[in-house]
Amino acid sequence: MQRFPCPFCGPRDETEFHFAVEAGHARPEPAGAVSDAAWAAYLYEAASPKGTTREVWLHLTCGEYFLLTRDTLTRAVNASEPLPGVAP
Amino acid sequence: MQRYSALSLLRQGLAGHKGWQSAWSKATPKPAYDAVIIGGGGHGLATAYYLAKAHGLTRVAVLERGWIGGGNTGRNTTVCRSNYFFPESVALYDLALRLYEGLSREINYNVMLSQRGMLIAAHTPAQMEICNRIANAMQINGVDGKLMGAAEAAAKVPLANTAPDARYKLMGGIWQGRAGTARHDAVAWGYARAASALGVDIIETCEVTGIDVQDGAVTGVETTLGPIRTERLGIAAAGATPGLMAHVDVTLPIHDYALQAFVSEPVKPCLDTVLLYLGTGTYVSQSDKGELVFGGGLDRVPTHGQRGNLPVQEAVTAGLLEMFPAFGQLRLLRQWAGVVDVVSDSSPLIGPAGPEGVFINCGWGTGGFKAIPAGGWLLAHLLAKGTHHEISRPFDLRRFAEGRLIDEAAGSGIAH
Repeated sequence: MQRFPCPFCGPRDETEFHFAVEAGHARPEPAGAVSDAAWAAYLYEAASPKGTTREVWLHLTCGEYFLLTRDTLTRAVNASEPLPGVAP
Repeated sequence: MQRYSALSLLRQGLAGHKGWQSAWSKATPKPAYDAVIIGGGGHGLATAYYLAKAHGLTRVAVLERGWIGGGNTGRNTTVCRSNYFFPESVALYDLALRLYEGLSREINYNVMLSQRGMLIAAHTPAQMEICNRIANAMQINGVDGKLMGAAEAAAKVPLANTAPDARYKLMGGIWQGRAGTARHDAVAWGYARAASALGVDIIETCEVTGIDVQDGAVTGVETTLGPIRTERLGIAAAGATPGLMAHVDVTLPIHDYALQAFVSEPVKPCLDTVLLYLGTGTYVSQSDKGELVFGGGLDRVPTHGQRGNLPVQEAVTAGLLEMFPAFGQLRLLRQWAGVVDVVSDSSPLIGPAGPEGVFINCGWGTGGFKAIPAGGWLLAHLLAKGTHHEISRPFDLRRFAEGRLIDEAAGSGIAH
């Protein structure tokens, strides 16, 4: 069992966490000017990098979203931080 | 190519098995090819075979980073089936099953297809309704599928848990008689041998490090064994596809996850079908060697590492024991994982992508093995003709921008 660090609760079992989305996936605006291709890219596309990745995860038990920087090959976790503007 | 037959086996046996030739030639890269395929798994090798066989294109290379069939083709649970919901999916997966049915004879290589039937077992009235809906859809789409009642289903899986306190009571389910298993390694080796015999170069330990593009069209690939020129590039690299397409600035609707599989120690024949329990999400079949081969859902942590995590091992094994308490006596022999490329709508991506001349066949997620002959057939069609086959057209990348998703995750009731 791997343990992931929640910036609010500390290290917890991986089963308490849920992957949400790769970080930096900004919703394109304004809606009227967004092409179908750009909207599809926002909804569906992912870089799926091999190596370092920065992702938004949800800690199911405390309900907070946060940023996790980790390695997709080794599974090592490098950093865990609250979303911008959220105090830990 | 040395033909395999009962007579050749007898002859070689009498000669001490000293006269067997390599099944396929180990090739080194030539400077240029009419078509290059990245990925020496089942899909890539089948593509090369059908390019040569059906389209007469033999200046073809298959580039494999590791060894033939060492990726997901050699890591799956060997199930072949076409019990899907949407017409597009049934057409695709049944093309694969029909090609599998004639494959051993066609390529003179025994892929050990065993059409022992598959039961998707339901445990609630709601699940039975879903099963009825899928069985109806299969029949409308022209595929053998039927709703099976509790008594008939129980007779198919005699060791299933029928205890009064069983959590998941067998109510029946969907039966597909043409479903079954095939020897996964044999599929890779058989296609490799058949493609090699038609002149295809199969190049192992050759990693693609770049894709060359000029004026919007592919001109070749950079590899660890040097540059190779080609104007037609097929990519059948499963979980490695997003990294390859990043070379040409194409981002795909794919997340990579680990999918685990398990085998028990071998025992005498006790399970004559492929079984998926909707209640536990665990599926199981018995190999010809007697091992119970089983698996379940994805590890839910995106990864490129070919190993599984413990919580899923526990959930899958617990699911197996809920289905078959008697299997609790068995020891686990092996456990492993492959990196699967899961698309947002759980359907594959087949078609042109990025620069002109580049075609992808990926996104099979947790179900690529069963689709190998169709994936190869359709990618070969794309590479040879430059346009879609009718069966691959709905699976084009454009379906995301056009809102025509083929959402089999919900439609077929699978656990992932």
